[in-house]
Order: sequence, then C-alpha cells, then structure tokens
Amino acid sequence: MIVQAILFHIFAAVAVASGVLVVSARNPVHSVLFLILAFFNAAALFVLIGAEFLAMILVIVYVGAVAVLFLFVVMMLDIDFAQLRSGFVRYLPIGALVGFILLAELVLVIGSWAVAPSVPSSAATLATGAVPLTNTRALGDILYTRYVFGFQMAGLILLVAMIGAIVLTLRHRADVRRQSISAQLARTRAQSVEVVKVPVGSGSR
Amino acid sequence: MAAAVVFLPLLAAAIAGFFGRAIGNRGSQLITCGAVLLAAVLGVILFRDILATEGARVIPLAIWIVAGGVDVTWSLRLDTLSGVMILVVTVVSSMVHVYSIGYMAHDPSIPRFMAYLSLFTFFMLALVTANDFVQLFFGWEGVGLMSYLLIGFWYDRPSANDAAIKAFVVNRVGDFGFALGIFATFVIFGTLDFGTVFGAAPKVVGTTMEFLGWQVDSLTLACILLFIGAMGKSAQIPLHTWLPDAMEGPTPVSALIHAATMVTAGVFMVCRLSPMFEYAPNALAVVGIIGGTTAIFAASIGMAQPDIKKVVAYSTCSQLGYMFAAAAVSAYAAAMFHLFTHAFFKGLLFLCSGSVIHAMGGEQDMRRMGGLWRKLPITYVTMWIGALSLSGIPFFSGYYSKDTILDATWAAGTAVGRYTWVLGTVAAFMTAFYISRVMFMTFHGEPRADEETMHHAHESPWVILVPLMVLAIGAALFGKLGSDFFVGDERANFWKSSLLVLPQYDSLAAAEQVPSIVRYLPLVFGLLGIALAYVFYIFDPGIPMRLASRLRALYLFLLNKWYFDELYDRLFVRSAFVLGEGLWKSGDGAVIDGLGPDGVAAVTRDLARQASRLQTGYLYHYAFAMMIGLVALVTWYLFPR
Amino acid sequence: MAIGLPHYLTVAAILFTLGVFGIFLNRKNVIIMLMSIELMLLAVSINFVAFSVFLNDLVGQAFAMFVLTVAAAEAAIGLAILVVYFRNRGTIGVEDINMMKG
Repeated sequence: MIVQAILFHIFAAVAVASGVLVVSARNPVHSVLFLILAFFNAAALFVLIGAEFLAMILVIVYVGAVAVLFLFVVMMLDIDFAQLRSGFVRYLPIGALVGFILLAELVLVIGSWAVAPSVPSSAATLATGAVPLTNTRALGDILYTRYVFGFQMAGLILLVAMIGAIVLTLRHRADVRRQSISAQLARTRAQSVEVVKVPVGSGSR
Repeated sequence: MAAAVVFLPLLAAAIAGFFGRAIGNRGSQLITCGAVLLAAVLGVILFRDILATEGARVIPLAIWIVAGGVDVTWSLRLDTLSGVMILVVTVVSSMVHVYSIGYMAHDPSIPRFMAYLSLFTFFMLALVTANDFVQLFFGWEGVGLMSYLLIGFWYDRPSANDAAIKAFVVNRVGDFGFALGIFATFVIFGTLDFGTVFGAAPKVVGTTMEFLGWQVDSLTLACILLFIGAMGKSAQIPLHTWLPDAMEGPTPVSALIHAATMVTAGVFMVCRLSPMFEYAPNALAVVGIIGGTTAIFAASIGMAQPDIKKVVAYSTCSQLGYMFAAAAVSAYAAAMFHLFTHAFFKGLLFLCSGSVIHAMGGEQDMRRMGGLWRKLPITYVTMWIGALSLSGIPFFSGYYSKDTILDATWAAGTAVGRYTWVLGTVAAFMTAFYISRVMFMTFHGEPRADEETMHHAHESPWVILVPLMVLAIGAALFGKLGSDFFVGDERANFWKSSLLVLPQYDSLAAAEQVPSIVRYLPLVFGLLGIALAYVFYIFDPGIPMRLASRLRALYLFLLNKWYFDELYDRLFVRSAFVLGEGLWKSGDGAVIDGLGPDGVAAVTRDLARQASRLQTGYLYHYAFAMMIGLVALVTWYLFPR
Repeated sequence: MAIGLPHYLTVAAILFTLGVFGIFLNRKNVIIMLMSIELMLLAVSINFVAFSVFLNDLVGQAFAMFVLTVAAAEAAIGLAILVVYFRNRGTIGVEDINMMKG
C-alpha cells in the first residue's frame, strides 16, 4: 500500500504541476507539451485505481489525437512568443480569490459527502460470475447493452464534428480544377446543344 | 311641420357645410337661404296654429337619455312663447341670410359662412322649442359654439381669434352657473322636464338646500344660478365684456347673433322659466338690479364710442338690461314684446351699419364718416326708422315696448322696480342721444372721409337693401300692431299658459294706472336726447371735443368701458396665466415629465448604458463572469441552512 | 495513509480550478483557452472514474468515455474555428477578439 500511496502522490503532484505550467508557459508549444504530460499522469492515476482500459484510451485518444492536433495547429499558426501582458497581474488577485473559493468549496464537499442509500442497488455491476472480468470486458458488456444509445450518440457527435471541421475550413482554390458531378448531371439540352443551319458549301462558323 | 321648421336649417347647414365645395358659392347660398326662408314661412303658419290651440303642445321626437332619474327626450314644445321666438329667429335669420349673399359676396369662404348661419339657426330653434332643461342647454351650448365660430370666421385675424375665445370663455363662466342651476333643479325636483317642474314649483317654495355650507332657499338658489347663465349669454354685468369684442365678426353675424337671437336667449330663458322665477322673488330682485344697472352702464359707454358697430353693440347690451328689468317685475310679456321689437330694429340698425361699412370700403370709425345721406338714401331712411324705434318715439315699435317696460317697473312699486325705473329713464335719454349721435355723425355734416372713399361710396345692391326694408317694416309697424296682443288687453289670450304671472305681482295690469308724468317722462327724455345730439353734432360740432377735454377723466372712463376689461385682466387673466405657466413649467414639465416619460427614459438609458459596459466582447471576461456565478451558486447551496 | 476517494477528488478539484484559472487569466492566445477546457474535462473524467471505482458502478467509466469522445469532437471543431479565424484576422491575440462588444 505504501508504494501505491507514494505513486499516487507523485503522479498527482506532477499532474498538478503540469496543469499550472499549461496555463502559464510562455511558449505555446511548451503549453501543449505540458498538457500531454498532464494527460499521461492522469492515465497513470487511472491505472492505479484499476480502470486500465480508460487509462489506455486516454493515452491513445487524448494524447495521441487531441494533443497532437493542438500541436499541429500551434505549429501551423506560427504564433509568436508573447510577453506576459500587464493585464495578467491586474486580474490575478481577484482571479486567485475566486479560484481559491471554488477550491475550498469543492474540498469541503469532498470532506463531508456520503453515499446516497439508493446507489448500491442501481449500480451497473455485473453478476460476479466465475470468469474474472477484465476492465475492458466489463465496460464493453454494459456499453453495448445498457448504454447503446449513448454510444450511438457519441458516434454521431463525432461524425458531426468531422463534417463540421471540414466545412469550416474548406477553401476553394481558384487554380484547381475539379469536377462538379451534380452540375454536370443537371445540364439541360438547351445548354449543350445548338442547332445551326449551315448552307451547303460553307463552314460552320 | 314643427319639426320641419326646426330641422330645415340643420339640413341646409349640413349640405352647405359638407358639400359646399361641390355645389359652389351660389348653390350654398341658395340652399341655405331657401331653407331658412321656407322655415320662416312655416314658422308663420305654425304660429297661427299655436294661437289656435289651447295650452302647450309637446311633440316628442326621440328618446335621448334614460338613466336613473334623468329621463330626457328630444321634443318640441309649442306654445306662444316658443312660437314668438320661432317667428323672430326665422324671420330675422332669413333676412340676414339674404343680406349675407350681398355683404359676403367677395369672401373666399361663402359656403362655410352660410352653413354656420344655418347651423346657428338650428341651434337657436332647438333652444326655444326645448321641453326640458337638457335640450335647452344643448341649444344654449350650440349657439355659444356657433357664436365662437362666427366671431372668429376670419380666422387669419388674430384679433378675431382672440375675440372669439373671449366670447366663448366668458360664456363658459355663465354656462357654469347655468349647469349648476340645472343640477340644483334636478336635486330639487328630481326631473328635468319643464311640464313637471313647472307643476311642482309651487310646492317647493320655502324649502332650503345646502350650498357651500349654508342653507339657502332652494328655488332662489336654482333661479339665481340659472340667471348667471343668462348673464353670460345676454352680456349683462359682469359678464358683458365679450359683446363689444364680438364685433370682430362680420356684420351679418353681429346682426343675427348679437342683436336679435343669441343674446336674447337669456331673456327667453327667464321668461320660459317664469313658473319658477315667480316663486323666487329674491332671484327676480337680483335679475332686476343687474338688468337696470346694465342698461345705464352700457348706454353710458355707448355715448363715447367712435366705432359704429360698438355703439350698436352697447345698445344691445343696454336694451337687454331693459328686458331683464321687465322680467324682474314679473312683466314677462313686456320683456318678450321688447325682445320682439328689439330683434327687428336692432337687427335693422346692425344691417344698416353693415351697409354703411360696405359703402365706405370697410371703414367703421364714425370720425371718418359724414355727409353720406345723399349717397345712401335707402340705408339712411331705414336706419332712421331703426333709430327712432330704439329711441322710443311714438308710432315706432320701440315706443310701445320700451315705455311699457318702464311703466311696469314703476307700477310694481318695489324698491327694485323703482330703481330700475330711474336708471331706465336716464338710460332712455342716453339711448336717444347715442343713436342720434350715430345718425348725425355718419350721415350728416361735412364728409370727413377722404375724396377717394367718398367717390366710391354707393348704395348697396338690392340683395342687401331688401332685408333692410323688410326689417324696417317690422321696426315701424309691429309695435303698434302687436302691442295689444303682447302686453295689452289681449295678452291673456295670447300668451295663455306659456308665461306665469302671479296675481300679486302682476305689474302689467298695474301699469295701466301709472301717473301721466311717469308715463311721459321717458318720451321727454328721449326727445331731449335727440335734441342734445343735434346740438352736439350738427349745430356746433366742436362741443364734444371741448367737453371731452374739459372732463377728460370722465370721457376716458366711458371710452374705456369703465375699465372693466383692465380690471378683469388684472384679476383673472393675469392670475390664470401665472397659474397656467406655473403648472406648465414646474408641474407638467419638471415634475410629471421629469418623473414620468422623460425621467423614466433617462433612467432607463443610463441603466442600459451602465449595463452595456458588461458587454466587453472579451471571452475571458464572460468566462470570469460565469465563474463568479458558479462560485456564488455553489456557496449558496453549501452554506445557508 | 490509505488512498481513498477524497484524494482523487481533491486532485480533480485542483485540476478543475486550474482549468478555470486558465480561461480567464490568459492574455496570450486562444489556444491556451482551449487547452484549459481540456484540463477541466480531464478533471471531470477523473472524478467520474474515481466515483465509479469506489461505488462499484461501471456507469462512471462509461460516461468518462463519452466525455472523452465529446472532448475530442469539441477540440476538433474549436481548432477549426480558430484556424478560420486566424485566416481572417491574422492574429489570435485574445485582446483582439472583441467583436461582440455591446
């Protein structure tokens, strides 16, 4: 247990420190990297707690996709190093106060909570069968049966996001020729064929 | 037929008023004159009918108000009193209509004028045929409105507008009293119908009611309040100030409204309500005092006025005083007789003045006239007929009516009666003086106008002269012809039940027995007045000037109408203006606008401006706001338990 | 001491607060804002998972997966908007984004 405690504290401390540095780093690339570090530590925490599937998903999706995306954009936009502007200091006291109050309240809540009596009966646990379930297996069992709608919705959201991202950033380049199939198919006879009376012996011009 | 008499002028007014532009000037003149002439003819026939029937006839037309105890029906009350008035109104109105064709021939708004005249005639007829107080009030207000519209007919003249407003406002003061009188009547009798009220009047003698904290005799109170209305309408002191200024209107208007008909509405009202007034002798005393005082007051001012129409206006005021004095001694028949003859000779005098003004190209100041009798012969003759009638010279109609009044006031024997007799007799002298002054200054002597005007002076066209001649016939003959019926031996049969005279107050009967000196003194005074005017203006025209400079203060006092206008201006007008301005600037402007629309708008604007500073456009500000909100919510849910 | 639920929740709370901080404290650019949002979502996921383990209820983890999905979608769209914005304005300084000023 001691090892667990030490590991927990290490991971937690690094995660918090990364969070601080995400917000306050000068170079945006550094911010993204610190974000990645925070994600990693959160994943480690998940492993500690026993939700290893989620931890791996966190690494693959969040770090591998989202954070890399952030990195792409930061590099692409070629952002300058920005100096810390004076407004930061001006708002720091009040912001710190608000943040601190929030934190204090959250901790208060944590200290005095109690589990609602009805919770255990609605827990989405599986019948403890003879086969020892992995976290992955267990998640899969409930996800595709009880929460299949949510699952489908998530899929839809991703679809919409994909389309949306393309639609938002699409640019037509003037020097690129492409076909417009619908325009081709919508052509009428009047647009394409012209009957010209040509007298015998002369050209068609 | 009675309905036709009353409503024909209304119909003509509506057609001329609304379709005047379509039917043109000639069309509106023809329609309105035709309608009123027809009404006059029907009025004569109606009068014969009335004389033949016994008692009052009431023709109901339509139900107007049925609410609680108030039950008002549009109806026509036909008895001798209303018959006489219908006759006067329609005949004089038709003559004025015809006269206006000539007088207003060059005016740009002829249809409007003719429509107004006819509409006025309708309102006056509605007033005299009323069978209850409400219809009377309707007609009363209607003629007041038409007076306003007609005085201010030339609305591009500021003086005309002011005069119209003055007339209306002063009338309003009187109408306020009148309305209070109607309310008092309703409180006393519980009904507003004439028949019922007249029947119940004897029973309420001696009852009292509360007024402004005091207990007063109810019938006296009601009658005095009603008389206040008559004061306003008939230009008695102290509500007389509007009449001279009303001369801003065209002359036909002055003749119709301010000589013959509207101003006589007050007299008519008192006579109509004789069943009430007879039982309120104190009210009649008030009527008498005011009437007598007005008679001499107005006559004195008339002596010093240079404007020909103003003199005749003050004459009207004075003669109305006579009529009220007659009513005060219960000689209602004499008052009505004088009203009848006065309508003719005063209307005649006004129309002749108009003819003179027309001939002189708009000049109204007698100091610039003179020597016109050769140029305007017919006007000259007819105007003399009117003047002699007014002065009370025998054979002419004014003699019969005015002297009967003076005899009755003496014969009544009361203090009020004697008071009015003295004032009336002195006023007779003044009357003869001022009207002869007008005649001598205008027609005789050396012409004081310039060459150009005298060259252009010509007799008026026939359309103006015919009404003059018709009215002159009336002014000359109707006195002699009517005296028996109106105030003579036939009067009981003539008036029947339309006028009530209690036997103990019957001054007309006692007027037979006045001593000869009393009977003939007014005539002597009248002749003296004419003689004095002759001396002043023909024999030695310099006398008035020397007299005026000798008695400068008195002359100015008379010239400035006893400074009544200045007094009222100081007392009422200035204070009203101050009050109005105060309420406007401070009350309405500062308080109400400030707290209300402007204030609310300003506060809203400021609040909105403050609030819009939250919209900075920066996302992180918004996020910050969200955070604060979130923290607040969480705090709220965590702590207060 | 035994690591229990409160510890995990505290970590999540701190991370959440840091994310909130990041949104309104940053003056530099919008990407920091987006990353702060991702931090907040991460904190929420930690919360969910912690509860799910300690309550023996798998729904927390399932929901954490959904959170992940949505976070990814939102990051994609947000960055797409940012790219278009940058194309049009040439800058992503937070102080310049005030077209909503009322």
